[in-house]
Amino acid sequence: MKIMNFTLMPYRPLDLAEAKKKRSAWVVLPNSFYDPEKGASEYESFIDLLAYSEELGFDGVGVNEHHQTAYGLMPAPNLIASALIQRTKKVEIAILGRALPLVSNPLYIAEEFAMLDNLSRGRIISGFVRGIGAEYHASGVNPAFSHERFHEAHDLIVKAWTHEGPFQWDGLHYNFKYVNLWPRVYQDPHPPIWIPSQGSAETIEWAAAPERKYPFLITFSPQQSVIRNLNLYREQARQYGYEAAAGQMGWAAPVYVAETEEKARNEARAGIESLFNNYLTLPMEMLLPPGYTSKASMKKIMGARSGIGMEFQPLEKIMELGTALIGTPQQVLGQIERIREETDLGIFVPMLQFGTLPDDLAKRNMEMFAAEVMPHLRG
Amino acid sequence: MQYSTEEVRVRDVGIHLRKKGKGEPVLFLHGAGGVLDWLPFFDQLAAEHALLVPDHPGFGSSDDPQWIRSIPDVAMFYLDLIEQLDLSGIHLVGHSLGGWIAAELAVRNSTRIKSLTLISPAGIRIPDVPVGDNFLWTQEEHARNLFHSQAFAEKMLARVANEEELEIQVKNRYSFAKLAWQPRLFNPDLEKWLHRVRMPARVIWGEEDRILPAAYADLWAEKLPQASAMRIPECGHLPQIEQQERVAEDIKKFLKEVSA
Repeated sequence: MKIMNFTLMPYRPLDLAEAKKKRSAWVVLPNSFYDPEKGASEYESFIDLLAYSEELGFDGVGVNEHHQTAYGLMPAPNLIASALIQRTKKVEIAILGRALPLVSNPLYIAEEFAMLDNLSRGRIISGFVRGIGAEYHASGVNPAFSHERFHEAHDLIVKAWTHEGPFQWDGLHYNFKYVNLWPRVYQDPHPPIWIPSQGSAETIEWAAAPERKYPFLITFSPQQSVIRNLNLYREQARQYGYEAAAGQMGWAAPVYVAETEEKARNEARAGIESLFNNYLTLPMEMLLPPGYTSKASMKKIMGARSGIGMEFQPLEKIMELGTALIGTPQQVLGQIERIREETDLGIFVPMLQFGTLPDDLAKRNMEMFAAEVMPHLRG
Repeated sequence: MQYSTEEVRVRDVGIHLRKKGKGEPVLFLHGAGGVLDWLPFFDQLAAEHALLVPDHPGFGSSDDPQWIRSIPDVAMFYLDLIEQLDLSGIHLVGHSLGGWIAAELAVRNSTRIKSLTLISPAGIRIPDVPVGDNFLWTQEEHARNLFHSQAFAEKMLARVANEEELEIQVKNRYSFAKLAWQPRLFNPDLEKWLHRVRMPARVIWGEEDRILPAAYADLWAEKLPQASAMRIPECGHLPQIEQQERVAEDIKKFLKEVSA
């Protein structure tokens, strides 16, 4: 099993009580909440934590993209990836992912990934996403065209990576007289493409298609939904006439391990509860702007839910759903093994720092996970 | 007398059209919320005119063709519809998003348009006069910000949508986003052509509009060559509902003057 250490880089010095008075930690949270001196230290800490993953034996590290939010300080994840390339020698670096529809010129994404791929001599994994709903408020991009732009940008980037340039691109959203990538990508045919998602039939059908076979990474979901979505992927592959490899199915979840379950709960509580109740507060209007999701699912959701993070979820609830794995190394291992048995999981992306969890606990968590959980998953 | 409905097919698009009354044609273009009810305001206009109230492509019970992707597309589509129905001497009345469509239509081809009435229209922008973000508001905030008199908002909030209405609300909202999300509620290429709208025009605005501030009434009146503006105190974004008597009387008077 491939194991990648991931963090969102939340802004931990956030005044949680004051921020809670705002509509959301996204888009409308005034940036006067951000203190550059503290923020600079945060970047230093997070890069140290991720770079330390190599020493601990992780296969890779993961970063990702979010905009105008205290939830994650990486509007440009490739900058962090670039720093990590210089701090590491062996680990893979996964950008999980870049939000393709948000840019007006996807060739810049193709170029940046090509640079990273060369800088790292082929250690880059490129995740492609649409961005979450709030990002359409933050970027101004019309959510009605989100799917169209995602697919066209994807096709353009892959063609730019794999075809001799210059060539011309005639699209609906993007038109270029010259597409001619300098540098070319280092890996042949191109960096692996992963699809991180909360799961939708459309995404799974597209990612599993025989001409793509992109690993599908289910993120931050109750274990029931993890199992359902990964098996949907496997079933979809069978319908396409092939058997999905374990390496095509991944799961990303917050993880905390300690000597006893009680200790794990106590130490993880503030971090987990702030992640789900403070950093991830998204009213419906931000989570699902019109066009971001299908009309049918929108109709189902309307009235039923007010958003996410709007009602307080205690640690116990998050553990019960299995959205986060918290306990002794044996307990956590048992939960991952159960999912592996039911889904043939091949990629696991533990988020070992989450919410306000401080450096010392995050570091100890990484060490214990690497020493007492990871070796068993490799067997 | 009741209004009648029919489906008009223009190219590959079925349009749901409501009709009532006799006289010179009045074509009413609805706002982003669509036509959820037949309004008393419509009856007043229909008393003296042949009123036509279509659902835009992508709204209400009309088809939602993929190829309609912008407000200029909708405006061109209505030019096709007008020719197909062979309407002429039209009094064009548009509210909000529909006012924007009406203006785009009139700058493109006004040969069949006799007058233009814009009720709190979108379509142009005054820098640093922010418009409300109804994509970010909750349903309650949206209802409260639509009206000055909160009694109207309470009524709107108390309404429980049935399955069909819910479907139409989602459809309207999706089409609204498709047409108006970016640039938000305006077309940067519209204002510079408004001098071509040479027919008599009337601009009507609620002084307390929290979606499109009443300051816009002045810019429209300035840019349209033959326009006059009326700002209504104690009135929000839906003057034809909140001050229906006054708005209907004003439009009827304006149309009489135009036709005299």
